Amino acid sequence: MKRGGYLLALVLAIATVGLVVVGTVWPNQSAAANPDAGARLASGSSSPQDAVNTLLQQIGRRDWSAAYSGLANKNDFSEAEFASDLTGNYGSLRTYALLDGFDVHPLRASTDEAQFRANLRWASVVGTFDDPRDLRVVRKGDHWQVAWPLMKEARVPPQVIPVNYLRWDVINRGPQDDWGTQDVEAPHVRIVAMHPVDRGGGVVILGELLNEDVVPAFVTVKAALLGANGATLATEDSFDKISHLLLPKQVSPFRIDFRNVRLSQVDSVHIQPSSSLVSASADPVIGIESQKLNPVPDASLTGELLNQSGQVVNVAHVIGTFYDGNGQIVWVADSYPSRALLPQTPVPFAIALPADVSSKVASYHVMTTSYRSGHAQ
Amino acid sequence: MKRWATALCGLLSLLAPYGLAQPSAWRFPPTVQAGTAFSVQTSGSGPATLYVVGTGDALQRSVQLGQSIAFSSEDLRNAGHYVALLVAGTETQSAQFDVVASTQPAGLSFIAKPSRLPVNQVNGLSGVVYVLDAFRNLLVQPQRVTFELSDPSGGTQSRVATTRNGVAWVKMNSATKAGSSQFRASSGDIRVQRAVLNVPGEPCTVKMNSHGAGQRIVLETDPLRDCNGNAVPDGTIVTFTEVYGGQQTTVDVPLKRGVARTELLARSRAVISVASGVVMGNEIRVTGGQ
Repeated sequence: MKRGGYLLALVLAIATVGLVVVGTVWPNQSAAANPDAGARLASGSSSPQDAVNTLLQQIGRRDWSAAYSGLANKNDFSEAEFASDLTGNYGSLRTYALLDGFDVHPLRASTDEAQFRANLRWASVVGTFDDPRDLRVVRKGDHWQVAWPLMKEARVPPQVIPVNYLRWDVINRGPQDDWGTQDVEAPHVRIVAMHPVDRGGGVVILGELLNEDVVPAFVTVKAALLGANGATLATEDSFDKISHLLLPKQVSPFRIDFRNVRLSQVDSVHIQPSSSLVSASADPVIGIESQKLNPVPDASLTGELLNQSGQVVNVAHVIGTFYDGNGQIVWVADSYPSRALLPQTPVPFAIALPADVSSKVASYHVMTTSYRSGHAQ
Repeated sequence: MKRWATALCGLLSLLAPYGLAQPSAWRFPPTVQAGTAFSVQTSGSGPATLYVVGTGDALQRSVQLGQSIAFSSEDLRNAGHYVALLVAGTETQSAQFDVVASTQPAGLSFIAKPSRLPVNQVNGLSGVVYVLDAFRNLLVQPQRVTFELSDPSGGTQSRVATTRNGVAWVKMNSATKAGSSQFRASSGDIRVQRAVLNVPGEPCTVKMNSHGAGQRIVLETDPLRDCNGNAVPDGTIVTFTEVYGGQQTTVDVPLKRGVARTELLARSRAVISVASGVVMGNEIRVTGGQ
């Protein structure tokens, strides 16, 4: 019995040493998808894949200096330009985003050059966004280096853009005002369309809200699903699937997602729009150009945002309403372009569409909401 | 015998708050006008404590029995039902009385709703007045209230209403012209004013014009007016849509100085339309890139 115990201890010790050796010689390559993977891989660029992984890990750690120094084409741009290509400028969504992960797929390879498609996933407060880049990797002596495909941000030439500003200021009732001193009236808003659908194991309420007043409105929409006995099954609001600020006669779509409720359980839907009067500006005006529906497999609506004003828009929110041939809303989706909107400079956007919805879409309407430092519009 | 005496004392103690223990010398007036001075004569001798509790008022005062208790005009201002207790040692006397609002209106609480409404709305505007005295007590006696609504074109609507239980109300029509109306309510020499905004309705038509500017086409609407001829207010969103080769471009432009203006790329065989709210405007077909 005692002899058997020694034997077991010996087997465990040999197995442990063996596993340590295996782990050292053949490290787990799946760690490459994690930008926080250890710096040990950073020194290795003996293969094109290693070079790409190393670079993306350095980017994930925001180690711009190390990442830049290892680039094959660093003479084409400065380290600051390289960093701002990844982290953005002008308080855009990118400036607040962190690299959450990446996927790397080889496209082709030769003895001196290889090409990869890297998809960088950035995490931001409004969700993740993808940043696909085609990377060329070249052999330099006994190691490989990545040539970074820098996307230079457009520079706006010095100019004067005349804008007639229009804004609404509100003086509300104060605490010193007597009882019965009326306040300014809340804007009148109206639900002009509503369509519940059963989707993905839950219920989705799609609709549109019109500001029929002559003043700007800050709007929200809440919905309650009621069962056959009148009991409330669930209550939700539209959160960011709506444009919260509506100028006079402007229409916003809204989408309210209820998880874990089936449409068959729902007897009625109680929708409650609410509005309040807010100070707002009618600018900036943003044109939505070259809108185009793309079929499956990458079903989406793509286009470009053109900021027609002279101000920088830090973050833009694009919301699309999609209708079938009968004019009924079949989907509401949104996206946030990761780059700031510079004056008169087009910025691309893409709104992803579920494949089954894409085949039903006959027409669509797109609107934008913009956020500027210290302002929302 | 002792048992009967104890029961009688207990009964008197219970009935004391309801005034049955009030001696004839403890004479409180049944009603007192808010903000008026009065006095109450007491009987007996020695020190006592007076408590007066009512709606929004409570006071405690040391008094001397046998002398009159004076209430100044500052003491009782809020209308309502009051209970007075005079406590001397173990003996308590009580009385109940009402403080009523004065008969003279001193203030109006005027609520005009809505403060913003479309032109030409019959009975679309309501005015409600609460007539109050100097101490903000509701005057329940009937009072005549005059309502006047002056519209932006200079006309005036007038109605007279009499308060019921302190409240008078009317319904008025909104003005035919857009702009600010003054809605006044008056009773006696008290006058209160509210601003009511008459706003234009939907645009009656939307018409745009275009001219080329290089590669771009400049689009501008005619001044937008509702069907009563009122200018649609600045800030109203006008949507321009250009459809071309399976793609489209849209711009939501706010009206400024009555017109909406934008520039779009002039694409060959594009169709440009314009709309504001639910009102569709005309279409322009671009030929040959212009």
